[in-house]
Amino acid sequence: MEVRVANVRKEFERFPALHDVSLDIKSGELIALLGPSGSGKTTLLRLIAGLERPTRGKIFFGDEDASQKSIQERNVGFVFQHYALFRHMTVADNIGFGLKVRHGSSRPPAQEIRRRASELLDLVQLSGLEKRYPAQLSGGQRQRVALARAMAIEPKVLLLDEPFGALDAQVRRELRRWLREIHDRTGHTTVFVTHDQEEALELADRVVVMSQGRIEQVGTADDIYDTPNSPFVYGFIGESSSLPVKVENGEIWLADRPIGLSAPHAPEGEATLYFRPHDVELLDGCSGCIAGTVAASRRVAGTRRVELEIGGERQRVEIELPVGHPAAQKSRVAFRPGRWKLFPAA
Amino acid sequence: MTTAPAQAGWRFRQPSVIPGFGLTLGFSLAYLTLIILIPLSGLIWRSASLGWAEFWAIASDRRTINALEISFGTAFLAAAVNVVFGTLVAWVLVRYRFPGRRIVDAMVDLPFALPTAVAGIALTTLYAPNGWIGKLLMPLGVKVAYTPLGIVVALVFIGLPFVVRTVQPIMEEIDREVEEAAATLGANRFQIITRVLFPGLAPAIITGFSLAFARGVGEYGSVIFIAGNLPYKSEIAPLLIVIRLEEYNYPAATAIAAIMLALSFVMLLVVNLVQTWSRKRYG
Repeated sequence: MEVRVANVRKEFERFPALHDVSLDIKSGELIALLGPSGSGKTTLLRLIAGLERPTRGKIFFGDEDASQKSIQERNVGFVFQHYALFRHMTVADNIGFGLKVRHGSSRPPAQEIRRRASELLDLVQLSGLEKRYPAQLSGGQRQRVALARAMAIEPKVLLLDEPFGALDAQVRRELRRWLREIHDRTGHTTVFVTHDQEEALELADRVVVMSQGRIEQVGTADDIYDTPNSPFVYGFIGESSSLPVKVENGEIWLADRPIGLSAPHAPEGEATLYFRPHDVELLDGCSGCIAGTVAASRRVAGTRRVELEIGGERQRVEIELPVGHPAAQKSRVAFRPGRWKLFPAA
Repeated sequence: MTTAPAQAGWRFRQPSVIPGFGLTLGFSLAYLTLIILIPLSGLIWRSASLGWAEFWAIASDRRTINALEISFGTAFLAAAVNVVFGTLVAWVLVRYRFPGRRIVDAMVDLPFALPTAVAGIALTTLYAPNGWIGKLLMPLGVKVAYTPLGIVVALVFIGLPFVVRTVQPIMEEIDREVEEAAATLGANRFQIITRVLFPGLAPAIITGFSLAFARGVGEYGSVIFIAGNLPYKSEIAPLLIVIRLEEYNYPAATAIAAIMLALSFVMLLVVNLVQTWSRKRYG
């Protein structure tokens, strides 16, 4: 089922949580909503589910306007961060709940509901736990029961709010791979919220980066990482360093020296240069480069991360050096960014 | 830790590393013995001096049986009424924000504080055939004051806060997400309340019921004013005990008291077992 969010605005007591957000989700896609807390990602997810009503704008499921439908009619599967399982029901009863509350002829017979529940338990690899109560399960198992419960109603869309947020790192990684498998097998259109970029980039077909109630960028992991379209995305996704620079005659200047990068299409004047610390070319001499003194140096896994003080302003930037590089305290290092991007100074 | 025996036989479950288990357990036992156990065993001992035949004669006396039936029956009915409306009051107080909510909240506790005799007299005045409410009920043929129905009304008044105050905190802890989850799964409002919310509240409701019930069985002050106290019809067991005392018939008084004690204990024990069972299941 395609989902289209059209110019949605949401205010909570006059405070805007989302400004004019539009998003197209293709059928069968796995989409991540990524952003820091307060960016509106959970609000957007809850609007799609119908747990909140938009102040303005519409949400379409396929060609149908879903914004006027109640939560019950929307037929979405929602998985909550803290699972929200029904404590007084067994695992099987939890999973069958959505079918049991149906009315009249749309309610399958009890036998069928039981069969469906154990089928879903097989799918989430928890066969044999039908009779357990949620209190008797581990966090990862509860999360899987919550997912099975959401899938039992054959939802048009599957929505997950920080699905792995409350689990430890090991279980998270496992469940992540497993969710991808389930998605590939069942083909539900799936939207999940996360603040963990690794999770978003690894798992999703497309990532929606959000900040302060707006969508900053939508794209594949490659798009988002390699060509961020705003300073926020550059800073939020992956490591980045930035320097205040000036653009004159299509050349980039740091203080009073050109650094050997040309930007013929950039507007003249103050700007900020962004680059990845690991994507730099080290130089020996320095005519047209960035040079600085090493202020601090740390060993990070396979590389060495150094902080350089640049120019009279003592601007600090981080770059990565090979472990064997002789740069020690106070020594000078010259480099030029490989892939970089300029954004006009705010 | 000199009080925790480590020898053979059964052992205490190893308490936490925080010291004080021996002291606090010892104090609790001593305190409960002094406050509850000694007075009650005195009661049993006194009634035991009767001998079986005499005890049985008192226990099987029509008047005693009727009084016990009225006491336990009305207390049960009143507790049942309180469970329904007490839960409703708690729901309103927890779920809705309205002007005067704090005042209503405070009002719930009034039956705790008010002298029971005052409550009894006030209720009698209202429900008497010429009282404000009694006057309205009279043409319908409903007589409240001076009947068992009046006893139920008094016990409902006395027992309400027990239900509200036990259910309210548990209701406040209900996770919003659980309701939302049920809604996304297609459950309507009624189904959410009956299938998701109330089963979770059941242990608290049972506790509230047993407290209101226990209070109702023992209630004296408010009931004697409204009950009319007709032997065999609207005479409660506690009153019968007082009557026997006034006749200096101490053995009979203690015998009735011992029967009440035994019945109450059994009922509260059953309620407790139900609680433990449901807690074990739902964790």
